[in-house]
Amino acid sequence: MNLVIYALRRLAISIPVLLVGTFVVFMMVAAAGDPLAELKGRPNINPAAIAETERQLDLDKPIIVRYFLWLWKFLHGDWGVSVAQGNAMAPVFPKVMDAFEVTVRLVVGAEILALVIGVAVGVLAAVKQYSIWDYVATTLAFFLFSMPIFCVAIVLKTYAIEINGWVRDLGLTDWLGNPWLRTTSPENLSFDGVGDFFAKYSGAFLLPTLSIMAISFAAYSRFQRASMLETLNMDYVRTARAKGLSSSRVVFRHAFRNALIPVATLFSVNFGQVLTGAIITETVFNWHGMGTLLVDSVNHLDPSTLMGWLVVVAVMVVVANLVADLLYGIMDPRIRVG
Amino acid sequence: MVAGEAASAAQREGTLPPEALPEPVSQGRLVLRKFVRHKLAMISTAVLVLIVLLALIMPMFWPHSFEDASNPSFAAPSADFPLGTTQVGKDMVSQVLRGTQFSLLIAVIVSVVATLIGVIFGSLAGYLRGFTDSSLSRLTDLFLIVPQIAAAAIMAKVFGHGSWIVVAIVLALFAWMPIARITRAEAMALSQREFVEAAKAAGAGTGRIIFRHLVPNMVGSITVNATLAVAQAVLVEAALSFIGLGVQPPDTSLGRIILENYAQVQNRPWLFFGPFVVLVLISLSINFIGDGLRDAFDPRQRRMKA
Repeated sequence: MNLVIYALRRLAISIPVLLVGTFVVFMMVAAAGDPLAELKGRPNINPAAIAETERQLDLDKPIIVRYFLWLWKFLHGDWGVSVAQGNAMAPVFPKVMDAFEVTVRLVVGAEILALVIGVAVGVLAAVKQYSIWDYVATTLAFFLFSMPIFCVAIVLKTYAIEINGWVRDLGLTDWLGNPWLRTTSPENLSFDGVGDFFAKYSGAFLLPTLSIMAISFAAYSRFQRASMLETLNMDYVRTARAKGLSSSRVVFRHAFRNALIPVATLFSVNFGQVLTGAIITETVFNWHGMGTLLVDSVNHLDPSTLMGWLVVVAVMVVVANLVADLLYGIMDPRIRVG
Repeated sequence: MVAGEAASAAQREGTLPPEALPEPVSQGRLVLRKFVRHKLAMISTAVLVLIVLLALIMPMFWPHSFEDASNPSFAAPSADFPLGTTQVGKDMVSQVLRGTQFSLLIAVIVSVVATLIGVIFGSLAGYLRGFTDSSLSRLTDLFLIVPQIAAAAIMAKVFGHGSWIVVAIVLALFAWMPIARITRAEAMALSQREFVEAAKAAGAGTGRIIFRHLVPNMVGSITVNATLAVAQAVLVEAALSFIGLGVQPPDTSLGRIILENYAQVQNRPWLFFGPFVVLVLISLSINFIGDGLRDAFDPRQRRMKA
């Protein structure tokens, strides 16, 4: 019960933060320039039509009024329409939600894989500290951490073409499809049978997943190694060893479970970093997710789309932070949340 | 470190016989000695210094100017053009040199500004607690609500349309939060110590306590985090420019150069791998230096890893 009240209070505190955040961004976008500039720049455009569009989009009103109009409509479920050219005043809500779905599908799998592999490697490196495994894992993490994510994506994309060539040479195209690894967005994947499903999805998701994983894996494995080392040096672990418990029981039942706590919270706090990775990866691989949506709407100064994007992302950040805090309290009873 | 300073001060004033203490060593020299013994950090320092010097000096001697587009288009690497030329016929080496200048300059500005803001906010919050702390942490929440790269993309568009200094300042405005958080925790712990109480009793004001007593004791973590922030900034700036929302021509950066040339990676890999290798070398070496500094500043750390 305490937790519920705590969670509600935290959410209540973040409402003003969200309001101020949307207000500031709204002002900035409004100050950045005229969203209809592209439309007005067209030859043979009727001034009356422009005035009509402006009225429809409330662009004829003062900025402050526009913000509150936007807020009022937004809270009533009307997210406005996109002004970007070629979108024909498409409503923002489905656009943002589609993009969000694409990004979630891309990111969730990548993050879970990165977490599982990162934790496993981190534990291994800590248990066998200063062994060859430790050095390999630490070096790899260090390199990946210093690597620009878009370059990882570009390199993967380049070598994918060669791997597709090998797949062809080995005669695996019947199973894996031709080309197997896709370097662009997998719109409408259709498949028949389990094998085909596996081949198509692995081909479509493998490269972007790897490039999002790269940096997350580095962070998780380094974090897990540090936290595992700290736990292994604790008195209660020594006690467990002194009692004569088997090494694996000490490592997994005693140390590992407690060493997971910091990483579990990093997993939620890391959300912004993950989104950054998604923005870049989507750009390289041409997925139509939140990343490409951001780039497009910033380039077109598309206020409603940008605001919809912002609210979805900001709410996710708030929720992720809350989950991190709650997890901390649940996993470590010494810490009282609330 | 405080005890050590007091002891050496006492020794300087002759209140302790000199032979009662080992050779007096200042903290700075201790850190430097440990850092110099850190092999990887020293190699990284050498690499970084080399890159910086090349980026600053080489353009003066290099036969091709970065603006000169009169060379053949897409020339293959040769003695004349070690990294080939771009589509419009610009020499790639001079592009990379200029991009390195901008990338480093932006990253250093980001780190300095972010560290300044972070240290001031963090130590104010940690020392004063109460209302200052809670309002500053609300402000931190506000800045954390959008990922740095997205906020910077929007703001770089609003102010100045991608001039390098605007990109630097905008990135810095969204980079101080982690530093503030670390500084706050440290300032909070230090504020409980006797020397702060003594300073307070002696009548020192908030500013004096923060800048004369707290900050000097946090020098280790500030240096380490500022260094790591440079590496982060190099990567974030490159990513921002790569998605086309960062630095815009006539300014440039390594990320921008990669954006302009990566389509050629299949046929002319040198146009991509040239700027890519420099970018990775910069970020790797700064990260290693930060790691070395962390070990050097850590008084518990005795064993020196490679």
